[in-house]
Amino acid sequence: MIECSHLSKHFGDVKAVNDLSFIAHQGQVLGFLGPNGAGKSTTMKMITGFLPPTVGNIKVCGIDLAEDPVAVKNKIGYLPEGAPSYHEMKVGPFLQFIARMRNIPYAQQQSAVDSVVARLNLNHVYYQKIDTLSKGFKRRVGLAQAIIHDPEVLIMDEPTDGLDPNQKHQVRELITTMSKNKTIILSTHILEEVQAVCDRAIIIANGAIVADNTPTEMESVSRYHHAVSFVADLDTVLLNKIKDMDCVRDVTYNARLKETTVFPAQGLFIFDEISELLKQQGIQVSSLKMEAGRLDEVFRNITQPVQKQEVKR
Amino acid sequence: MNHINAIIRRELQSYFATPIAYVFIVIFLVMSGVFAFYFGRLYERGQADLLPFFNYHPWLYLFLVPAVAMRIWSEERNRGNIELLMTLPVKRMAWVIGKFLAAWVFVGLALLLTFPMVISINYLGDSDNGVIIASYLGSFLLAGAFLAIGGCLSAATKNQVIAFILTVVICFLFLLSGFPMVLAFFKLFLPQFLVDVIASTSFLSHYTSITKGVLDLGDLGYFALTIGIWLYATVVVVEMKKGD
Repeated sequence: MIECSHLSKHFGDVKAVNDLSFIAHQGQVLGFLGPNGAGKSTTMKMITGFLPPTVGNIKVCGIDLAEDPVAVKNKIGYLPEGAPSYHEMKVGPFLQFIARMRNIPYAQQQSAVDSVVARLNLNHVYYQKIDTLSKGFKRRVGLAQAIIHDPEVLIMDEPTDGLDPNQKHQVRELITTMSKNKTIILSTHILEEVQAVCDRAIIIANGAIVADNTPTEMESVSRYHHAVSFVADLDTVLLNKIKDMDCVRDVTYNARLKETTVFPAQGLFIFDEISELLKQQGIQVSSLKMEAGRLDEVFRNITQPVQKQEVKR
Repeated sequence: MNHINAIIRRELQSYFATPIAYVFIVIFLVMSGVFAFYFGRLYERGQADLLPFFNYHPWLYLFLVPAVAMRIWSEERNRGNIELLMTLPVKRMAWVIGKFLAAWVFVGLALLLTFPMVISINYLGDSDNGVIIASYLGSFLLAGAFLAIGGCLSAATKNQVIAFILTVVICFLFLLSGFPMVLAFFKLFLPQFLVDVIASTSFLSHYTSITKGVLDLGDLGYFALTIGIWLYATVVVVEMKKGD
């Protein structure tokens, strides 16, 4: 469990984090979302004890970070941004070093290393120098050092940044399997990732929380919630006809993709009406789907007004 | 203690995983030989001691030790490793001491590799090995003081070149602080007792008295204190600068 109350971090005049409070419970995967420079990384650095907060209080598993930083650091596994490590070291010795520094008893160090090596598929790079590894492997080495002591709390700053789709999938699966008995916080600006792994999302902009909800509920705020999209050749007459339907609020047409999106009037469910209409008109539809909502649109709506205000000031 | 051991081992492995270690050792051995035989006229003096060899160590260290020290912390900050280190459940003091000791052991190793000098001088004549051992100790302590200064300045900047230059300058001042030229400058605006304090901080005077074979507690304590103060300063600087 992580409890942050009224966290603020000032760098000179800049308020990187401004009065941020939240509680993350065990078994929860919490996603930090936000534009670059919103304060996600700074918040994580404060929770992991790297940066002291200017104001505010952090408790991890009931222990106050300011009172006993070493005990808190013992409970946390941390993957810093960019997964830093000792590049001149080989994967195995690096993990052994971390195991020692993590106070794992000598007799269990090797088995701890072997276990993370197996979980992250690092077997065939065990004796390879870290700077000769691909980006994906380096990231996995970073993850391995973060979970080597089986921490109660796992904090990851952009864990899948720069990975290819297969590697992203692997990392997400790993996060999901670990989530049952841990408290996990990860930051990302890949919105699909939030849907894939997080059961709670906090959107941060300008150092403050602007939204805190489950990804599904966030999607339901979207204009696209229950909208119907289909790909077909349409003429303007038919488009206007759809637009004039009572249950329809608006229609957009993407000429390049030939994709039409029909937005329902408040709270209505229009999938049947639209598919019925298309069938009546005898239109060849190559795809027809109902949207759950688009997080990226919600994200933009929530974070952009704040940025515009900033410019005005 | 366990942490410090692990840090020392890891650091030493890193020295030898890169060319730094070999370049340093080779250059140190060649240069110390060149200085002792050509400038110090070790043979021509006709005396079975290693004074010409040890006399040049401060000047050799002045450029070689900062080169070892400059990477101690600035490299960690540059690569972002500092975030990893400082979030491990390890006290900052352990990192500072471990990294310092590793560098010191490494320089000590280079120093040990000059043993053929001792063998040669013993072969050539009846040398006072007590003085030689004391001189080695003095040389090792001097290197430690340089490393402690260099480590602290390396924590203050991400840029290794700046760390190197600052270390050379400050070590140079500490070497020279006993020289009349420097003291005359301070006399212009400082009271006499402060000038005396400055004069007593000279590395060179403490080092020369040890290399004469006089193991005075004051000289040893001076180096121990210098190293201690700079290491403590490093702990403070690391804390201040880690987030930059």
